[in-house]
Parts: sequence; structure tokens; C-alpha cells
Amino acid sequence: MTDLYEAQRAMRNMRKAALQRGVIAILDVGSSKIACLVLRFDGERFMGGDGVGALAGQSSFRVIGAATTRSRGVRFGEIEAMAETERAIRTAVQAAQKMAQTRVDHVIACFSGGSPRSYGIAGQVEVEYDTVSEQDVARVLASSDVPDYGNHRDVLHAQPVNFQLDHRSGLKDPRGQIGQNLAVDMHMLTVDTATIQNLLYCIKRCDLEVAGLASGAYVSGISALVEDEQELGAACIDMGGGATDVSIFMKKHMIYADSVRMGGDHVTSDIAMGLQIPLATAERIKTFYGGIVATGMDDREMIEVGSDCGDWEKDRRTVSRAELIGIIRPRVEEILEGVRECLDAAGFEHMPSQQIVLTGGASQIPGLDSLAPKILGQNVRIGRPLRVQGLPQAATGAAFASAVGLCLFAANPQDEWWDFEIPAERYPARSLKRAVRWFKDNW
Amino acid sequence: MRPIDPTEFAKGPTLGGSARVSEAVARAIRARRGQSGETESAPQRPRDPAPSRTAYRMSRLWLTPSFRFFLRRIAPVAAVAACIGLWFAPEDNREAFMGQVMAIKAEVQNRPEFMVKLMAIDGASGELSEDIREVMAQDFPVSSFDLDLPGLLAQVESLDAVESAGLHVRAGGILQVDIVERTPAVVWRSDLGLEMLDAEGHRVAALGSRLDRPDLPLIAGEGADRVVPEAMAILKSAGPLTPRLRGLVRVGERRWNIVLDRDQVILLPEVKPLGALAQVVALDQAKDLLGRDVAVVDMRRPTRPTVRLTEAAQDELKRLRGVELGVSYR
Repeated sequence: MTDLYEAQRAMRNMRKAALQRGVIAILDVGSSKIACLVLRFDGERFMGGDGVGALAGQSSFRVIGAATTRSRGVRFGEIEAMAETERAIRTAVQAAQKMAQTRVDHVIACFSGGSPRSYGIAGQVEVEYDTVSEQDVARVLASSDVPDYGNHRDVLHAQPVNFQLDHRSGLKDPRGQIGQNLAVDMHMLTVDTATIQNLLYCIKRCDLEVAGLASGAYVSGISALVEDEQELGAACIDMGGGATDVSIFMKKHMIYADSVRMGGDHVTSDIAMGLQIPLATAERIKTFYGGIVATGMDDREMIEVGSDCGDWEKDRRTVSRAELIGIIRPRVEEILEGVRECLDAAGFEHMPSQQIVLTGGASQIPGLDSLAPKILGQNVRIGRPLRVQGLPQAATGAAFASAVGLCLFAANPQDEWWDFEIPAERYPARSLKRAVRWFKDNW
Repeated sequence: MRPIDPTEFAKGPTLGGSARVSEAVARAIRARRGQSGETESAPQRPRDPAPSRTAYRMSRLWLTPSFRFFLRRIAPVAAVAACIGLWFAPEDNREAFMGQVMAIKAEVQNRPEFMVKLMAIDGASGELSEDIREVMAQDFPVSSFDLDLPGLLAQVESLDAVESAGLHVRAGGILQVDIVERTPAVVWRSDLGLEMLDAEGHRVAALGSRLDRPDLPLIAGEGADRVVPEAMAILKSAGPLTPRLRGLVRVGERRWNIVLDRDQVILLPEVKPLGALAQVVALDQAKDLLGRDVAVVDMRRPTRPTVRLTEAAQDELKRLRGVELGVSYR
């Protein structure tokens, strides 16, 4: 646990240094594209006025550079070919830097793979004096029973979701309150160590410093869910290229995250296999003619699939749009079923609000808003990410939900476990705080 | 399986058939050419848009503000400075450069516009202007850049007869010398001979003989030249005594004697000599003091003027006293 503290604290300090300098890059390493945005923090915050309320932190920065590149070497949101991924990151970063006309040294990255696993953990401790102090908070966090999540996994997020003081629950900040029994509920997200290590290595090879890591599910939830959805409870489903992320928010905290290892790329490969065409052609046909609900008109709309094998019969093939939809729909259904399973596993049906927001590149497929309610429940909407200053029009689509969310994460991250004080027992010997504590105890 | 570039796919049919067909034809032709000649033209992969590691690093370096500033502002200056420095490092180059500079300088300075051809002296008598020419010893024509005007001025002003001088180069290449001469006021006889002094006691010139300047009053004695203004004042207030005045003698560097003809001497006090002199003049006018047989009028104590008679006068006085008393010394 201590080395995790160290690494995460180091990243947090790096992020502070980057904000001091005013320029930070965010990097969304996805299976189908790698997006890099360069943010400039100029210090002035928009505090509301003129009919607009104070914004949720997205007014403190401005996007000055944006670039995307086709992702190569990433599958299921995990890095599969290091050199290819490194080159793709390099391409995106260089293009974004060129647009921003500045050099970026710090980067915050997110990824959706690594089979994220959620744990709800709880801790309880007696309050030392009458009122709850920072040390009490630190002790209760330290006392929470961390499950054995495996050697090959790392904690990516560990956020205190709820504090409970005696019989009062739902406290946001228990410090200074009077009580005896302090309890905490935490949400912890672990991912495969290898995934993180690979990503860190790729970023390091690009001469960049990592100032933060985030789960794709979490950041796309931040950007795609509006404030009341986050407060009342909602699920964000980020349908990416190689993986579909599910995150459940409640009281502005993420309480569950998971990912289904299927996405838009699988639809593409289904089309390629079904129609015997190259992947690039299949991708093109999918984005141009793809759909989920077939109508009578679609039987008559013929699509030239083509190929270049030299055989005239094969090269001049056509396929009706209904056939195409027939290929796409089962796969999308399968993805949504997977999501449904995740939601069931999380106990989403017990949530007070059953809002589901679909976002990500694959959510742009026409007809999804009529299919999704059949599988997921009635409250489904297609979400687009929040608008941030200076974002190019091309990067405002649903595919950029996690990139935009990462911007917000960079601007004001939630307090994580490692942002709180270290409990005095864990301090190294001869620490000044320990001495002060000894005096307090004995006089 | 080589992925098709989507833009290529989107091309419309051309005159010779669809784009894809012509692509296939072209590929067949390419393949045939490959068979005959080259061996490695077949695997044509799509161009990699990724920058190489070096290119990436260079672009990042170029976007670094300090590096940019260095390369755009400091480096050019440094390069130029280094080139100049390297050229000037050998002694020969430096000398050649300085020689060039000096040649151009001399050429400009020796242009006829800057030449001074003659010297004009105003306000000096013939003798003095000869002296000035001699002292300055300047050969003409000379460039005005080579003239050391302050030095020349100092030389001219070092002459005793010159009270002040002005020196400037006039239009037309003429060196104009304006002189204000000292006017001699007294003749001073000292151990070294006769000298003319002006009213402030500054030496003007030596004098061969007193008879050369009989119009000037004579002063004598050591240190007399330092108190010429006082002497002038005494001479001025001598009034009726002036025709009889032979000169002034400085005694012991502290007081004056007025020497009249018939060897009469008026001894003036150290302080307020003019008052004492006025007293003597008044006595003379009232009692014709100096017309009598008096050798010395001693005014060193102005409250008690003393008169020394001549030998003959003393005898006569004794005789008259004898007559008065009925006694004869003889």
C-alpha cells in the first residue's frame, strides 16, 4: 500500500507542477483512436454571472491543441504492440503540440482496458478526541479492509464515497464534527499492472512525464453525465472501439466501474467476416450505412461492397442495407447484453434513479436509442461530452467523451485515498508529527 | 491482406473504367515490371504518419521557448561575433584593418576643406605678434584636425604680455588669434633690472632703460611688484606732489616711502598710508612743508608726524635760538 501511495502522490505532485507551468496534455489511449489535447490553465476562473452559473471547473482551462490519430497496436483498450502504440502516441502528441505551438512535458492518460474491477470497501474507527480531526480521517481510511485483489493488479482509483459518523450517514466531510464512531465507504478500482506498466513505458518513451492516470470509464462518466445525473445516480456506458466501459455514479462519486471487452471494432470485424471484405472497407461501410433497425426501404438500398481481388464477380458484389443491419444488430445486442450483465452485477436495479447514458464512438450508430431501452431499461439517452473552451468542432463528438472527461479530471480531480494525510502510525520513526503526538498523549 | 486507403476507394469511375479497376491494372503492370527488374517494389505499405523519434525530439526541442530564443536571438549574434573575432585574431589582419582605417581618416582630414592655410593675429603690437608666431611655431598649411587648439592657446597665454587670448579656425582656412595685451602701468626697479608691470603687478616686459618709458611712474624695492595696486592708489592720491615725485620705494616689504626731488622722503605707515599722505599734502599746502628745508617727513606714526631737517636747516635753527636767548655757540 505504501508504494502505491508513493507512486500516486508523485503523480499528483507532477500534476501540481504542470498546473503551475500552465500547460498539460491529456492522452486518451483508445483501441480505435488516440486523442491528445493540450490544455492551458491561465488561472482565471469563470465564477458565473449573466445567467450562467459557475461551471464545474471546465472554465479554468482552455484547449489549445488537439489531435487524433488512428490507434495502432491497442486492442481491448490494452497495449498489444508497444512500438506501434508509442509511434501513435508520438504522432498525436506532436500534432497537438504543433497546433498549440508549445511544448508539453506533462501528460495525464486514460485507458479503458486492463479488466477493471470494482471493490467497495469499508473501514471503521473510534474517534480519538471529541471532534473528528484529519488524523481520524486518515486512520479510518487506513483501517479499511483492503481485499486481496491479486499481485498482478494495481489500484487505479480509491475514492472515499461516504463517511458515517455514529448513526449519521452520507457525510461529505466529517472533519470538525462531534462523534465517536467514524466509518467510511470507499470505492476502489483495480486494473492489471501490466496494462499500466505498458502504458507508462510508452509514454516515457515519448519523453513525457505522467501526471496522472485515470480509468476510461470514470472520465467518460464525468464528462457525459450531467450534474444531476451524477448526483441522483446514473450509469455511463462508453462504447469504444475495443471495449465498452460501464461506470455507475451516485452522489457525484463513482461507485462502480467495469468494462465489457467488446466494442465497435468487433462490429467491424463481423462485417468484414460476414461480407468477406477487408477491415478498412468494412469500417467505411459501417460508418456510412450502418444501423440497427431495418426498415422496408433498407431491403432496396444496395451497397457496393467491392474488393480488389481481380475477380469481376467478387469485385462487383453488392449487399443490401438490411443485410448489413442484420450483421450489426446481433453484435450490438451482445454488447448491450454484456453491459446489462455488468449493471446487474452492480445491482443497478436497486438504484433510486435508473438513468443510463450511452456515449463513445460506437454509440453514434443510428437506431441505438431504440434498441438500448429494450435491453437496458427505459431511461436511456445518448450522451455527448460536456463542452469545454477551445475544443475543435471535430473533437466534440461522443467519441471524445473520455478525452473531455480527462480534461475535467485534470482541472479538478476528486480526492483519492492518497490525497489525505498519512496516519501517524505509518510515519517513519523520528518524525516530528510522531513526537508532537507523543507529547499530546502524555500531557 | 493490404488495407485499402478509403480515399482511394471513394474515387469515382474514370474514363478508362472504375478507379478500382485501373488500380488493379496499374498493380498488374507494376508487378510485371517488378518481375523483370527490381525485386523489392512489391510490398508497398501505407506511409507511416508517425514522426521518427529524432524528428519528434527535434520538434519538441524547437518548441522549447528558451531554445527558440537562443537560436533566434543569441545564436546569430554569437555567430557574427565569432566570425569577426576569428578574423581579427591574427596580428596581420588587425594591422591591415587599422592601416586601412588610418588611411581613410588621413584622406578625409587632408581634404582642402579642412586645411588651415594662414594665421591672423588681432590686437597685438608688432613685437608681440612676432613673439606669438615664434612661440606657436606652426607650419602652414595644416589640417584643422591636426591643430591642437587648447595647446596652442596655452602657449600663447604663457606669454607675459598677453592678458587673454582667443583662438579659432575661421572660415576660409584662417587660424584667427585674438589677443588682449597687457598695458604697462609702472616701472619696477629690482635687483634684476627694470621691468614694466601692469596695474595688477603682472610682468609685461623688461625695460632696457628708464628713459624708454619716462611716462610711467617708478617703484622700487623688493616685493613691490606684489602690491602694485596700493602703489597705484598712493600715486593717484599724491595730487599736487606729482610733479615732484621721483618714485615709490617699498621698505622691508611692508610700507612705502615716497621719494621726491631734492632728496626729500615721505615715510608712510604700514596701515592707511593714503590718510597719512593726505595729511602730508594738507600740511604742504597749508604751511608749504615740503618747500622748506626738510629732508624727511616721517609719517610712520600718523598721530605724531615728525620732520627731519637738513644739516643747514639745523644750524640755522640753532643760530636763531641763540639769538633769541642771547647766547652764541660760536
